[in-house]
Amino acid sequence: MTSSASPSPSPTLPRQTGEVARSAGGGPVLEVRNLTVSLPKGADRTNAVEKVSFTVNRGEIVCLVGESGSGKSVIAFTVMGLLAKALKPTGGEILLEGENVLAADETRLRDLRCTRMSMIFQEPMTALNPVMTCGEQIDEVLSTHTNLDANARKAKILGILARVKLPEPERIYHSYPHQLSGGQRQRIMIAMALVLDPVLLIADEPTTALDVTTQAEILKLIAELQESQGTGVLFITHDFGVVAEIAHRVAVLRWGELVEMGPTEQILARPGQGYTKMLISSVPSIHPQHRGERKNAITVLRTQKLGKTYTGHGFFQKARVVKAAVDVDLDIRKGETLGIVGESGSGKSTVARCIARLIDPSEGKVFLGDTEIATMPAGKLRPHRKRVQIVFQDPYRSMNPRITVGDFITEGPMNFGLGRGEALARARRLMETVRLDPNALDRYPHQFSGGQRQRICIARALAMEPELLIADEAVSALDVSVQKQVLELLDEIRQRLNLAVLFITHDLRVAAQICDFVAVMSKGRVVEYGPAEQVFGAPRDNYTKALFAAAPGRHWEFGKFAAA
Amino acid sequence: MLDFIARRLVAIIPVLAVVAVFVFLMLRLTPGDPAAVIAGDNATSDQIADIRAKLGLNEPLWTQFAIWIGNVLQGNFGESFFFKKTVAELIAQRIEPTVALSVCTLLFAVAVSVPIGVLAAYRQGSVFDRVVMGFSVLGFSVPGFVIGYCLIYVFAIELGWLPVQGYVRIEVNFWQFLERMILPSLTLSVGFIALIARITRASVLEVLNEDYIRTARAKGLSNRVVLMRHALRNAAVPILTVIGLGIAILIGGAVVTESVFGLPGLGRLTVEAVLSRDFPTIQTVILMFSVVYVVINLLIDISYTVFDPRIRY
Amino acid sequence: MTVATEDVVDSASIAAASTKRRSLWLVALHNPNVIIGGAILLVMVAIAALAPFLGTIDPTRIDPAARNKKPGTEITMRMDDGTTVKREAIMGTDSLGRDVYSRVLYGARVSLAVGVSVALIAIAAGIVIGLIAGYIRWADGFIMRIMDGLMAIPGILLAIALVSIWRAGLVTVIFAIVVPDVPRVVRLVRSIVLTVREEPYVEGAISVGTPTWILMFRHILPNTIAPLIVQGTFIAAAAILVEAALSFLGIGIPPEIPSWGNIMAEGRTLFRVFPHNIFYPGIFLAFTVLAINIMGDGLRDTLDPKMSKKV
Repeated sequence: MTSSASPSPSPTLPRQTGEVARSAGGGPVLEVRNLTVSLPKGADRTNAVEKVSFTVNRGEIVCLVGESGSGKSVIAFTVMGLLAKALKPTGGEILLEGENVLAADETRLRDLRCTRMSMIFQEPMTALNPVMTCGEQIDEVLSTHTNLDANARKAKILGILARVKLPEPERIYHSYPHQLSGGQRQRIMIAMALVLDPVLLIADEPTTALDVTTQAEILKLIAELQESQGTGVLFITHDFGVVAEIAHRVAVLRWGELVEMGPTEQILARPGQGYTKMLISSVPSIHPQHRGERKNAITVLRTQKLGKTYTGHGFFQKARVVKAAVDVDLDIRKGETLGIVGESGSGKSTVARCIARLIDPSEGKVFLGDTEIATMPAGKLRPHRKRVQIVFQDPYRSMNPRITVGDFITEGPMNFGLGRGEALARARRLMETVRLDPNALDRYPHQFSGGQRQRICIARALAMEPELLIADEAVSALDVSVQKQVLELLDEIRQRLNLAVLFITHDLRVAAQICDFVAVMSKGRVVEYGPAEQVFGAPRDNYTKALFAAAPGRHWEFGKFAAA
Repeated sequence: MLDFIARRLVAIIPVLAVVAVFVFLMLRLTPGDPAAVIAGDNATSDQIADIRAKLGLNEPLWTQFAIWIGNVLQGNFGESFFFKKTVAELIAQRIEPTVALSVCTLLFAVAVSVPIGVLAAYRQGSVFDRVVMGFSVLGFSVPGFVIGYCLIYVFAIELGWLPVQGYVRIEVNFWQFLERMILPSLTLSVGFIALIARITRASVLEVLNEDYIRTARAKGLSNRVVLMRHALRNAAVPILTVIGLGIAILIGGAVVTESVFGLPGLGRLTVEAVLSRDFPTIQTVILMFSVVYVVINLLIDISYTVFDPRIRY
Repeated sequence: MTVATEDVVDSASIAAASTKRRSLWLVALHNPNVIIGGAILLVMVAIAALAPFLGTIDPTRIDPAARNKKPGTEITMRMDDGTTVKREAIMGTDSLGRDVYSRVLYGARVSLAVGVSVALIAIAAGIVIGLIAGYIRWADGFIMRIMDGLMAIPGILLAIALVSIWRAGLVTVIFAIVVPDVPRVVRLVRSIVLTVREEPYVEGAISVGTPTWILMFRHILPNTIAPLIVQGTFIAAAAILVEAALSFLGIGIPPEIPSWGNIMAEGRTLFRVFPHNIFYPGIFLAFTVLAINIMGDGLRDTLDPKMSKKV
């Protein structure tokens, strides 16, 4: 075990002490033994889950962690009996307080749901019925599983709404889901799941769709509630930050198999298996490293009071005005990476799209070198387009499925007059640059994985020989191990080509790793802007402070392990 | 809510304007002198001159349009020279069978197709589902008049259970009225049922894939409750939309069905008017059906607010 | 209960499925609905093409001596040169003594011609107008208001109105059926253009300086092909029905042209005694339209799975 010790020694995990105390009191709530779930024929492997065993004790939070395709969600749905028809549990047993739920019939399963085991889901936006009030939806649980009369039910619901810390329970009771925020909806889901004090709560990526500050609140709430009720929690996540924040024990999954399992502190600090080491090493540190300064480099991009306003129309109301970006002043020098971080709706993508002139800015100026492009008419803009290139978030929608990779990469250069042969030669060189096989140019996008596609998109951007590369959440959709590789590639390219990079992300860890400068945006405005080290090390703005304080697992420094 | 209704109301104005312009231009697009076209084949030159003066045919086109639309808005739709009546009288006389047929069909079709569609979705892939889907394709494919004649052949001619053709006013004899409504309504229902059953099935299936259905099941609710309380209400908006759009099929079908069953309604009137090139009547019927169609769809739009709280902005 | 929680199958298996992505057209050709519908349709096309060689006589030939014969009656035909020929009228004759079998077979030509031409013209017009509406912002509002207005007039009524303007004829009937269908195609094309325009790959193409017309033909238009083919089959099916309805009402194609609607219109008056005049063309009509609709369903399920959720 060659653990190259992390810079700061691991602080104790807050969850660790409590776990010892409580696990003494409770036996197993959930025992999964040798569970195998088979995939339909024609899938890439025979089993979604293979011979997985683990337990969840009373009062304990167990995290199932793994990348996409690891089968972690399948396990959760199998426990609840909510598996899609195509997937079949073919072996093992799942004991809920000693009762095998795999053998239970549909009626028995229904009785168990929400009374002894409950589940909350990833997408609070769609998990609630849009046409019923929140109160009615919780009430259904009570009227299905209890004999309480209407008044007693209402009292109980208002009680649980208060316990999940929703303001004005009476108003929330009568609200429809669309009238609440994402965080509030997730609280409703938690209230619904816990109203009958189940012994087991399954949380399937419950905070993945939420902003980081909301995520912190929800994680805190789940921890508090399970502590006070002694609930066993099976928590599914891909995020090691969340694991460090909340888990007592961790099970690592890969391709449907259990890689290893142990107490959180042990898995994070002294992982036994190579795969776990690789995963943990891939987690970017939240502390920026010192990077060289480029005081004398020329400025590639400068924005001056850049703003974008959307107006909606109303008949009886005033016209709704949404200021997506206000007074944004940024500049990026050659060879420098500027990160814009912020939560959803902060305006960070709007700024990127204004700079790339995919949308027209409403106010302010954008200087590309000495050229002002914010107000330039579309006709004159074309020669300047090649100077700014953008890589988008979704690797599956960034490429036209009908066009080969070669045509995709050469499209831009050929638009600007490069011959096909030269363009192809350039494409081959760039495929090597992004570490892909140059002979794959005649393949179609669907033959590549998400990470590979993102590399192809980078190659295509580079083919234009741009001065500024914009990465709009370009690694957010990728698994952590792939993310690490793409980040390294981007940084290497920046260095080699002395490129200016504008990096848009919601992920503070990613920003800390790749940025020289960071601009923090909130509600359309830049609230803090400075060198990454300074912003992360000593934030001055209150919002920035709150944002950083909410980052999950910020106390834990993830070690860098040599690959086993 | 008010804002929503106001928006919808305003939105139909340009739609109706386009319809009005089209109906107005219809007559000008026919080859020949519009006054002569209106007056019909046996008109005297005095009559033609009279019409010319009334419509202001010597004025510029937009003045003619203003005169025409002014008349229409006052309920003056002109005169049918072929039927020797004002168009308004003609329509008043012919409206009852059409309304009766449409209402019977609508009620029957919705009562049958929505439950069928829900059940087919609930048992997706079952024999029942396949049969429903099969019949719905068939329902789209067999023309209304063929269905009508088949029904007449079986139930009126061979079995003799029901009268072949004709219409009795509802106030004259309710049972005879009902007897004569059965076959036409059945005929007209087939296509409508096929359409609504299909869309109901598709909407319910789509809703059943939503996350909140999974939540409902995770709550331990029974399948029946999940289907009736959670799925159906969410599927209501697309179903209603298609019922509204289906009114167009109903109107088109009425034209054919009334001809098959000899019902003296507006559909039959339309055909007679076209055959005799009675333009004032054709124009009015088209305008009227279009207004009815637009207004029904407006009402349906507004009714969404009952089913979906999100639409109350 | 068939609530599918598909998302449980992690993205790995989805990715695996997509690597096996065969050409959609090949998949479509293996769909049973496409095969069955296509086969029936091919038979109809063959009948229409080979009508003169299938034992038919001139479908417009009037024979006062052979009026109103039931199916299977043997008829003695007097030829122009004075000789007589006996032949069996498999589907009987109509009230002018014309041979229904011959008329039905030749009628397939009219129906298929109407179906195909209406679909092609409506789609061609729809693509052009839809692209303009989807791409030129100032034209969009104007075009779509007109389309909304046209859609507010129930389809058959609009066709009837147009027929009444121009007087009946095959070309005017086709045109009259096309007009109500155009707004639907325009809406489809426009909505695809508007959706695809927002796709990152189109924005990417814009940022590498791809000119608008290449953008249109290379990145946007190909997305409309599959939905338009599906839409086209349904338009063809509906057009055949509308033509039959118009002719049946006596306001469609001139009565001497043998179309299925005309044969039925001719048979209306004597329906109680001679139902064959309505039933034979009716069966052919229903089968043809059914075949197209079945094929359309199959194409939609394979080529355009998103649309199969609507109707």
